[in-house]
Amino acid sequence: MNNKTEAQSIKWENILELVFDSRIDSVGLNERVNSLATRSIKKESKLDALNMIVSMCDLTTLEGEDTEGKISQMVAKAITPNPSDLDIKNVAAVCVYPSLVSIAKEKVGNSGVKVAAVSSYFPSGQVPMESKLLDTKYAIESGADEIDIVINRKAFLEGDYRRVYDEIVALKEACGDVHLKTILEVGDLKTYENIRKASLISLAAGSDFIKTSTGKLSVGSSRQACYVMAKAVLDFKNLTGLSAGIKVAGGIRDAKDAIRYLVLINEEMGDEWLTPNLFRFGASSLLDDVLKQIKKLKTGAYQASYYFPRG
Amino acid sequence: MVNWEYSESVESQDIVKIKDKYQNFVDGNFQQPNSKKYINTISPSTEEVLSKIVISNEKDVNNAIKSAQMGFEKWSKTSPHERSKYLFKLARLIQERSREFAVLESMDGGKPIKESRDFDLPQVAANFFYFAGWADKIDLSWGAKSLKPHGVVGQIIPWNFPLLMLSWKIAPALATGNTVVLKPAETTSLTALLFAELCEQAGIPDGVVNIITGDGTTGSLLVNHKDINKIAFTGSTQVGKSIQKSLAGRDVGLTLELGGKAANIIYEDAAIDQAVEGVVNGIFFNQGHVCCAGSRLLLQESIHDEFVAKLEKRMQTLRVGNPLDKNTDIGAINSKEQLDKIEGLVNEGVSDGGKIFQTECELPGNGFWFKPTLFTDVQPSYSIAREEIFGPVLTTLTFRTPQEAIEIANNTEYGLSAGVWTEKGSKILWTADRLQAGVVWANTFNKFDPASPFGGYKESGFGREGGRQGLLSYLKAES
Repeated sequence: MNNKTEAQSIKWENILELVFDSRIDSVGLNERVNSLATRSIKKESKLDALNMIVSMCDLTTLEGEDTEGKISQMVAKAITPNPSDLDIKNVAAVCVYPSLVSIAKEKVGNSGVKVAAVSSYFPSGQVPMESKLLDTKYAIESGADEIDIVINRKAFLEGDYRRVYDEIVALKEACGDVHLKTILEVGDLKTYENIRKASLISLAAGSDFIKTSTGKLSVGSSRQACYVMAKAVLDFKNLTGLSAGIKVAGGIRDAKDAIRYLVLINEEMGDEWLTPNLFRFGASSLLDDVLKQIKKLKTGAYQASYYFPRG
Repeated sequence: MVNWEYSESVESQDIVKIKDKYQNFVDGNFQQPNSKKYINTISPSTEEVLSKIVISNEKDVNNAIKSAQMGFEKWSKTSPHERSKYLFKLARLIQERSREFAVLESMDGGKPIKESRDFDLPQVAANFFYFAGWADKIDLSWGAKSLKPHGVVGQIIPWNFPLLMLSWKIAPALATGNTVVLKPAETTSLTALLFAELCEQAGIPDGVVNIITGDGTTGSLLVNHKDINKIAFTGSTQVGKSIQKSLAGRDVGLTLELGGKAANIIYEDAAIDQAVEGVVNGIFFNQGHVCCAGSRLLLQESIHDEFVAKLEKRMQTLRVGNPLDKNTDIGAINSKEQLDKIEGLVNEGVSDGGKIFQTECELPGNGFWFKPTLFTDVQPSYSIAREEIFGPVLTTLTFRTPQEAIEIANNTEYGLSAGVWTEKGSKILWTADRLQAGVVWANTFNKFDPASPFGGYKESGFGREGGRQGLLSYLKAES
């Protein structure tokens, strides 16, 4: 996105009213989200949707056990998701810890796959600001194209929204031209109002994307959380003219669920949001299910996992 | 990026077997009617002829009432426990064959399959289950055996929720020991006739349920018949008034569920995004063919522009088209006659000075269709703000204070339903207390439960359907 410099100019005072005006009726929200899940997607639309999901995937590994070998495997899969069907193009990005950015960067080469790094002491963020900045700068110097940070949930839940905002502003400044995704960790925020507030604070602070979850909690993304974030992104656009993206991550395991996210985005935000520049899936196991479904649509055969190379 | 559209996902019609021609269901079986007059019943989404139904004449009405009288002799002496079992059986059969009913309802009436499948049919079954449970508990509930069934009940139902209105009528009538002669609307008789097959399947004793088809003339014969003991009518206020006149001076019970022009009040402190959804559901549900539709949008002036912008954007995503497509949100207008009425009122709204917004959707060639429509800049004196349009047309009015909202909401001859949207609980109670409407929904709209009584104030009718109160509509006190 080219509007980050403008986004940085959104002052805290300008967003205050929107943040504290967050009213959401959970019954009505659930009803709407559930009704969108009854959309029936068939035939060509389904194949289009599945290919689109592949192009929006951030293949992710965020484990203490990650090694150069593991990253190489994953990058190979990111570039060629299914070697037996070359019509399927590369995924959007791979997502790794800062210490593995340089190797990931080397492996993706000029394939078009981006390298995203989680930083700011993902997943808890419980360190001083100096450490978060250091973490982020290290990832950027190692060549990261995108940075995924976590919001300060301690400050948020203590009601210190200003601190949450200031920290993101500082991290965005450190990012410069590098794409910033801000993780709200909706599983910690619990209520829809909190998710909306955190979304608006993150957007105002200059995030290019807002992201649901770290994937490290048992409660990851939900279509309800995505819906709240989508509405926040739209309201922010109305206020500022800036279009931010959404990344859903954590717990999206199959193609059917992922398609429901696309339907939600399509109906609530319009198809201009159906692009990897504005919508992403963070996933490790989703991709294989999508590949299986594509195979099934094309050949009628539902193949076992061992037909698809490890990532 | 590809332009990603949903492909059609059409529910198969194979499950439904429609006969070329239908007879009346009297005395436990389909009988050759005396009347020779048949009319075509068509699909409003294609104008294709589905079948022929008979316009029953005086002789046919006599036969049906005689059958119901004989049925009453047995049914009123059948133990409540046994009656309950029959109703449970009907409820289960409806669930078993619900897909068949849903497809037929959408073909014959034009409503989207997602509504007939996910709303109408589950509600129909729920009604039969609910009143089945009541059948043997009526004495317990009122503590004395002083309540008796009316006898033969004539029931006339509308075309907007054909099978659901049948269940609202037949289930409580049978639970309380009455027998019925039911006349469905002439544009939507097919699911009632399929229900007659279900009565055969369930072994309902002969004469307890009689279903005769026909138009207004048949309805009038039923109302004016000397042996009728009660009339239950759902439909227009105009017809309701004429029924009440006909019955004046006679010992015939009457309940009327008539028109509405509900206010959906949006306060500035509502959860706006959910209120937009609720307003859409309130007026575009079932093409707006809903007597309790939230057809008057009352917006607090401070949020008018923001709300209208969001509402128009949301309306653009409504998918209008083939009722059998699972992705359709809005189906066909039920008849040419109704379409003409909607068009007439909308034209009047424009010439009165209302500002019209219609969505950009493409309408199919055949059939009867109307684009989702929103009026702003409307004054309370315009006919679109006063008359029931009974179509996908929403009229916006504005208010400044809660007091003014109440005044505008109650400034109508109707009083069937209303909606209140605010995150403030005390304001919901304050508002609901002052609204003259049979149902008040708070932060939601068009929610139904068989246990909750439904009915109107003022010209929206009298008597209640559903709940314990709904049983009393089919019982009379004996001293």
